[in-house]
Amino acid sequence: MTRGRRLEELFFKGLMIAATAVVLGALVLILATICWKGLPALSWSMVSQTPKGGSMLGAEGGILNAIIGSLLLGLCATGVALLLSLPLVFYLNIYLRKRSRFALLVRFLLDVLWGIPSIVYGAFAFTVMVVWHVPASFLAGTLTIALLVVPIMARSMDEVLRMIPFELGEASYTLGSTRLETAMKVVFRQALPGILAAVLTAFGRGIGDAAAVLFTAGFTDSLPYSILKPVATLPLAIFFQLGTPFPEVQARGYASALVLTILLLAISAGSRLLTGRFTKHVIR
Amino acid sequence: MEPRPHISVQNLSLWYGSHQVLKDISLDIPDKRITAIIGPSGCGKTTLLKSFNRLIDLQDEVRVSGQILVDGEDIYAPGVDVMALRKKMGLLSQRPQVLPMSIYDNVAYGPRLHGTRDKKKLDEIVEHYLREASLWKEVKDRLHAPGTRLSIGQQQRLCLARGLAVEPEVILGDEPTSALDPVSAVRIEKKFLELKSQYTIVFVTHILRQAKRIADYVVFVYYGQLIEHGPAEEVLNNPKDPKTQAYISGQFIEDEEEAEEA
Repeated sequence: MTRGRRLEELFFKGLMIAATAVVLGALVLILATICWKGLPALSWSMVSQTPKGGSMLGAEGGILNAIIGSLLLGLCATGVALLLSLPLVFYLNIYLRKRSRFALLVRFLLDVLWGIPSIVYGAFAFTVMVVWHVPASFLAGTLTIALLVVPIMARSMDEVLRMIPFELGEASYTLGSTRLETAMKVVFRQALPGILAAVLTAFGRGIGDAAAVLFTAGFTDSLPYSILKPVATLPLAIFFQLGTPFPEVQARGYASALVLTILLLAISAGSRLLTGRFTKHVIR
Repeated sequence: MEPRPHISVQNLSLWYGSHQVLKDISLDIPDKRITAIIGPSGCGKTTLLKSFNRLIDLQDEVRVSGQILVDGEDIYAPGVDVMALRKKMGLLSQRPQVLPMSIYDNVAYGPRLHGTRDKKKLDEIVEHYLREASLWKEVKDRLHAPGTRLSIGQQQRLCLARGLAVEPEVILGDEPTSALDPVSAVRIEKKFLELKSQYTIVFVTHILRQAKRIADYVVFVYYGQLIEHGPAEEVLNNPKDPKTQAYISGQFIEDEEEAEEA
C-alpha cells in the first residue's frame, strides 16, 4: 500500500470516528444535564402523586397525571396510527404493481408529511376542532398525535416491506395462496421485527411531542378520566415547569424530563426483548 | 408410444412492456416425463416456465398472446382460477425460498391454505411429504425448528416437500440445483427420476450434462425463440438446427457452463 492510500484510509477513518464521537457526546451531554439537574428533584412523591393546586408556583405534588396521560395518549395514538399504517403499506407493497405511480405519489406525500413540524399538525387539528366545536381533549390529542406519527410509521414499515425478497412472495403464491394470505402469513412474519421497530419509533416520537398536544389535548392536574376531557402530557409538563421563574419548579422540569427518558428507554428495551421471541423464524 | 401432452403451448408470445421475451412458441410438454428447457442465460427459459403457472402475472406490464392449455384448458382465459392452477403446478426455484416459519409449518402451509385443519391429518401429510423428499430422517426430531436452520440442500428438499404437499400434477423447476452443492444436486436429480412416474416434470437448466442425465425431452430456447425440441437423445446427440449444434458443442456458453459446474 502506498503512503497516500494509507493516509487516505487513516484520514477518513478518523472522520468517521469523529462523527460518531460528536453524536455520542451530544447524547451523553443531554442525559448528563437532565440527570445532574433533575435527579435532586426526583422523588417518589413526584412520580406517585398528582399535582396539588399551585404546583407550578412551587407547591406540593407530582406529575403522575402527566405520566399516565402521556402513556395512555401515546399508546392510543400509536394504536390508531398502526391501524392506518399496516393496511396502507400492505396495499402499497403487495397489491400495487412494483412501479406503480400511485405508490410513488403516496410515498412522496408521506415523506412530505414526515417533514411537517408538529406545531402545524396541532394548528391544523385545532382549526378542525374549532369548526366542529370539539374541546381540547384526550380524543383530539390522540388523533392529532396519530396523524403526526402515521407518516413515520408507514414509511418505516414501507422500507421494511420493500426489503423483503420478491422470491419469498413467489414461493407462497406458487402454493396457491391469495395476496391476502401471503401478506398475513408470510410477509407479515418476515417483516415483524421491522414493523415493531417502526411502531416503537412512532411511539417514541408521539409520546415526546409537545407542540401537537398543546392546543389539542390541553392540560389538567387530574388523572385522565374521560376521552372528552383534557389530558396532561409529560412534554407539556416539562415545558410549563421550565417556563416558570422558580428554580425549584424548574428542577422538577428536569426531573420530569428524566422520567420521560427513563420511560422511553424502558419501553424500547422491553419491546426489543419481546421481539427476540418473534424473530426466531425470520429469514436473514 | 407418444405420451399425451400435459401442457400444450400454442403460439405463445410474451412481452415485458415493449420488450418481447417469448416469440411465437408452440410445443407440447408430455405427461409424466421429464422435460428440460435449455438455452443460454436471459433468453426466456425462466419466463416460459413461469408462464405455465401464471407466476409471471406478478411482474409489471406483462402482455401475453397465444394459449397455454393445461389438461386441455386455456389457463389465460378470463375467469381461470389462478390459485387452483398454481396448486396444480409446484415450483422449485433457483435458490430455495423457505417460508419464515418452522419446518413443519413450511410443509403444512399449502395444505392449510387449501382447507386442511385437522392436526392429525396435517401430521400425516407433513411426515409423508418429508419422506417423499428424503428429508424426514434428518428433521424428524426438530420439526418445529426454523426452516432456515437447514443447509441449502436440505432447504431445497424442504421446498420440494412443501410443493408436493399441495398435491400438484406438475413440478416446475427453475434451475433447481444451481445453488446446491454437487451431492445435494444429485439428490434432487434422483428425486426427479423417482417422481416422474407420478408427476410431469419440467425444469430449466443450463447444465447440459444434467439434461442428459435425467431428461426424456429437451426444449432448446434461444433469445425467445423455440429452436428445437424433441426426445432428449435426438436433440442432445443429433441436433438438427445449427444453433442447437453450436450451443451443444459449447460455442456460446463455454464460460457460463464452466462457472455452473465449478
